[in-house]
Amino acid sequence: MSEPKDFVAAMDSNSRKTPVRVAFVTRRTSPHVKAHDDDTVMTFPEGLFRAAVAVEVLALILVAIALLWDAPLEGLADPTVTPNPAKAPWYFLGLQELLHYFPPVVAGVLIPTLVILGLIVIPYFKINIEAEGLWTRNRTQRLRILAVVTAVFAVFLAVFHVYAVLIPTLLIAASMFFSARSTPSPGRFQVWLASKPLSFWIMSWFLVQAAILTLIGTFFRGPGWSLVMPWSGQI
Amino acid sequence: MANSLAEQLANLRDTRVWRSIFRSGFGPTNLHRALAVQQNVFLHLSSVKIRKRSLSFRVTWFLGTLSLGTFLILVATGIPLMLYYHPSVPQAYADMKDLRFAVSAGVFLRNLHRWSAHAMVLLVFAHLFKVFYRGAYRPPREFNWVIGVVLLMLTLFLSYTGYLLPWDQLAFWAITVGSNLISAVPVFGTKIRFLVLGGHTVNANALLRFYVLHCVVLPLAAAIFVAIHFWRIRKDGGIYSGEIKKP
Repeated sequence: MSEPKDFVAAMDSNSRKTPVRVAFVTRRTSPHVKAHDDDTVMTFPEGLFRAAVAVEVLALILVAIALLWDAPLEGLADPTVTPNPAKAPWYFLGLQELLHYFPPVVAGVLIPTLVILGLIVIPYFKINIEAEGLWTRNRTQRLRILAVVTAVFAVFLAVFHVYAVLIPTLLIAASMFFSARSTPSPGRFQVWLASKPLSFWIMSWFLVQAAILTLIGTFFRGPGWSLVMPWSGQI
Repeated sequence: MANSLAEQLANLRDTRVWRSIFRSGFGPTNLHRALAVQQNVFLHLSSVKIRKRSLSFRVTWFLGTLSLGTFLILVATGIPLMLYYHPSVPQAYADMKDLRFAVSAGVFLRNLHRWSAHAMVLLVFAHLFKVFYRGAYRPPREFNWVIGVVLLMLTLFLSYTGYLLPWDQLAFWAITVGSNLISAVPVFGTKIRFLVLGGHTVNANALLRFYVLHCVVLPLAAAIFVAIHFWRIRKDGGIYSGEIKKP
């Protein structure tokens, strides 16, 4: 009894440029060979020159910023005088904003750990590698799961009054439902959205969420972590 | 003077001393260009040839290169800053004042270091999202993605440890807020915080620990992981330049 073939054989016989090659491409997860050539150039000088120009432009911009704006420096550190509000560096203000809603073990330990683990495992899941459109298979079942997950998560967020997460989450869920709509002639945008895999939606949700929470924490939080306007001078 | 500068340089490149340093020599052929990369300890992390498509701005937005650029600027400004800095209380703060009022271009050095640090955090995040949205994490590049996540964390730790060093109110309370979160870790929380700060609160020990982490441990770790990251790009088949359309 012979095993079923788990690969496709392909031949490249452009012998003027390359020797004859036989490529075995297993499953759909490996990169397919779809063209005969891909033009290459020398790393030196083509690649290195571009890299050097890019870094020089960046350096010029940063030097200009450094000449125009001084780095902040407040009074000498004093453990007896607590500023109100006391804020972490900007890239942690999203977490500090979550700390306003959830206990420290959730906002400060559980969520960052899950984010880092989530990032690490992305390339190790077949679903993220094949990256099929979310609605290409089991459409009805997936729509049902999405509805249930969104509803449960929304209730949870509403109970904790986390509107800064609730509203964007609902908007993104709405665009997921929008992309799943079956219309006779879908618009370009819908076709583009419908081609996106689950990982795209999760990552975009994370990006939007992180940006919104960081902006709120940075510009809209004043004394006692109360909501203030950026121009109130209290942030 | 019959000899132009170019000729003199050419002569210099022919000397035995020069050739003992740069064995490959200098010339207009692709062999010379290949050797320039392959025979250089730093450049040989990269392959000698690179796909033309991967060089276009659209593919990478140069975010990885620019992240490295900020890192280099931070090393170049950080070392002179170390010459004017004592990691002790309250001298650290006095050094900030000296940088502003006494050291030539001291305020510029500190500004450039601080703004570049913010830029590096932003660029590394942007790099992560760009790589994700292009699907460049897919095999065989999955482990390089993981190294990238490690580099993201190193970047955050570098920025965070540097945040304390000016020893002003902003620094002190930002680190206090952050380190209070560590004590929320179940069971070992307060012990880990004690280890990080060298005490129960942010104090002179914490300043010294953050200084050593910021100037020695974390930059070394970052340099090593950056080297692996670049080397893996080459080993995993070059910069991902997307699906190739049939001609």
